[in-house]
Amino acid sequence: MPSEPTAKVVDLPVRGRGAGDSSGRAAASDVIIDIRNLGLTFQTADAPVVALSNINLTIRAGEFVSLIGPSGCGKTTLMRIVADLEQPTEGAVSVNGVSPREARLKRAYGYIFQAAALYPWRNVQRNVELPHEIMGVPKEEREAKAKRYLELVGLKDFEKKFPWQLSGGMQQRVSLARALSFDPQLLLMDEPFGALDEITRDRMNEELLQIWEKTRKTVIFVTHSIDEAVLLSTRIVVMSARPGRIIDVIESTLPPKRTLETREMPAAIELAHRVRQGLKAGHSYD
Amino acid sequence: MNAGLGILSPKGRVLPILTIVAIIVLLWYAFAVLLNYNRVSEQLAGVNPEYSIGDLLRGTWSMERPVLPAPDQIAVDLWNSTAELRVTSKRSLLYHAYITASATLVGFAFGSLLGILLAAGIVHVRTLDRSLMPWIIASQTIPILAIAPMIIVILASVGVTGLVPKAIISMYLCFFPVTIGMVKGLRSPDPQQMDLMRTYNASQWQIFWMLRVPASIPFLFASLKVAVAISLVGAIVGELPTGAEGGLGSRMLAGSYYGQMVQIWSALVLAAILGMAMVYSIAGIEWATLRRTGGRA
Ligand SMILES: Nc1ncnc2c1ncn2[C@@H]1O[C@H](COP(=O)(O)OP(=O)(O)OP(=O)(O)O)[C@@H](O)[C@H]1O
Ligand SMILES: [Mg+2]
Repeated sequence: MPSEPTAKVVDLPVRGRGAGDSSGRAAASDVIIDIRNLGLTFQTADAPVVALSNINLTIRAGEFVSLIGPSGCGKTTLMRIVADLEQPTEGAVSVNGVSPREARLKRAYGYIFQAAALYPWRNVQRNVELPHEIMGVPKEEREAKAKRYLELVGLKDFEKKFPWQLSGGMQQRVSLARALSFDPQLLLMDEPFGALDEITRDRMNEELLQIWEKTRKTVIFVTHSIDEAVLLSTRIVVMSARPGRIIDVIESTLPPKRTLETREMPAAIELAHRVRQGLKAGHSYD
Repeated sequence: MNAGLGILSPKGRVLPILTIVAIIVLLWYAFAVLLNYNRVSEQLAGVNPEYSIGDLLRGTWSMERPVLPAPDQIAVDLWNSTAELRVTSKRSLLYHAYITASATLVGFAFGSLLGILLAAGIVHVRTLDRSLMPWIIASQTIPILAIAPMIIVILASVGVTGLVPKAIISMYLCFFPVTIGMVKGLRSPDPQQMDLMRTYNASQWQIFWMLRVPASIPFLFASLKVAVAISLVGAIVGELPTGAEGGLGSRMLAGSYYGQMVQIWSALVLAAILGMAMVYSIAGIEWATLRRTGGRA
């Protein structure tokens, strides 16, 4: 298959526990995100919209948690609350033991939006440099970082291109490089690969698996693809709509080291089946 | 790719433009005959009642003081009052164009700056948005022809004459489109682009310089093109009441005092050329800027 440059193996800071014990139960101090009885009701012009209701979820360091559910069930809203871009109307959330606002002020997370959200007047390199520019990192250092992470997502020779000169998939990878570049321990990814074709999506999934294996970042990942959720996650949260609720939380039984072929393992097929059952149940409620 | 400057490039545009010019020139000669007919026919009839059509045409296109001068009369006058005279001569139109252009550019520079500052204030301070905007709009509903003489007279009474009063009138006219355009431009980043800044805990200052300003650049140039054109109008209007001080406006006024239609038209044509030169200069800067910042247009 003729291919664009794919992911290179680049030195990444290795964090957390070794690959061996990552599936084991972590201590309570490892809790990164703690969501309790969370609810959010939007006050709209006609009627209030209950976007989320009674959400309880605890996420530990190094977990890869996927949120899956029908459109409009509040996945984006939940992520936005964790990121302090939206305020809950009920319940409490803590991120790294502090409020989402304090976590945001400390730049505790990298957010990858559903659309790439690149700034069109900046070239690829300077888009990736943006977070570092805001944080006041010296020019040389941030240039080096941007180069390194662009190489990681397979965009080595595209530094000087502008966003409109890239395909949607490439733009999404720039957005990924931008989020990774300042090395946040928490990644919030909202359907990052939703707009990509299957092949590109597979490649991005592989890259993400590699990155996660190396760095063991904590990831919350929104997706509509059951396969993607099964392949990537250590835990899958199935949600239903109106009001947005969690109806099932599925622990992955897959080994920590995965490739695209892992999807064909019997355990994976079983997981996918369970997710699909959950989604169906969620749909039959309304 | 370079549509921004494409309007300047001759490729494929020369023929349509020349066609339009030819049509205008022909119509112009026809109107010169129509409008100058009465006086020329009177004159000719006085000398020789049997005058020919040729005499009439020649007469209407070469009057000393025509109602509507023929294009070639204007061209000759324009040539004589620019190329044939030293630039420093008071009779040189270039000298007057320079006076008008300097007032225009000073007014334009300060007006644009004022417009940008007002817009920045309005975008960041809610009370400014509420309190300032009605006044800004009201300021533009007052006819400039009523205000201009007042500004000239009031400033003259405190000893300020020359460039400054005209520049103030230009500024008064041209800050408005810049304010309106820049308020829209500085507010143009979409919610997701703003959210991104929020996730990085960027300061208002950083959001302004790294997001709002770059996003507003296309709006800025669109406003600047309007602003420079009306800035020129403002300077010319400012020159009308002063008469003697010089500038294209005073040439137009002097021309209408002495019934010198040719002189008025020369000044008009030169003002139009000046305006176009200014607008196209901004288009050129816009093109260069957009190219550097990855603009597709
Ligand atoms: N700002 C808002 N004001 C009012 N209602 C909103 C707002 N944002 C979201 N909603 C509503 O909240 C609900 C959840 O929206 P959300 O964007 O979180 O869904 P989602 O699960 O991300 O959907 P999708 O899979 O289509 O992206 C929807 O019913 C939506 O209409
Ligand atoms: Mg969404």
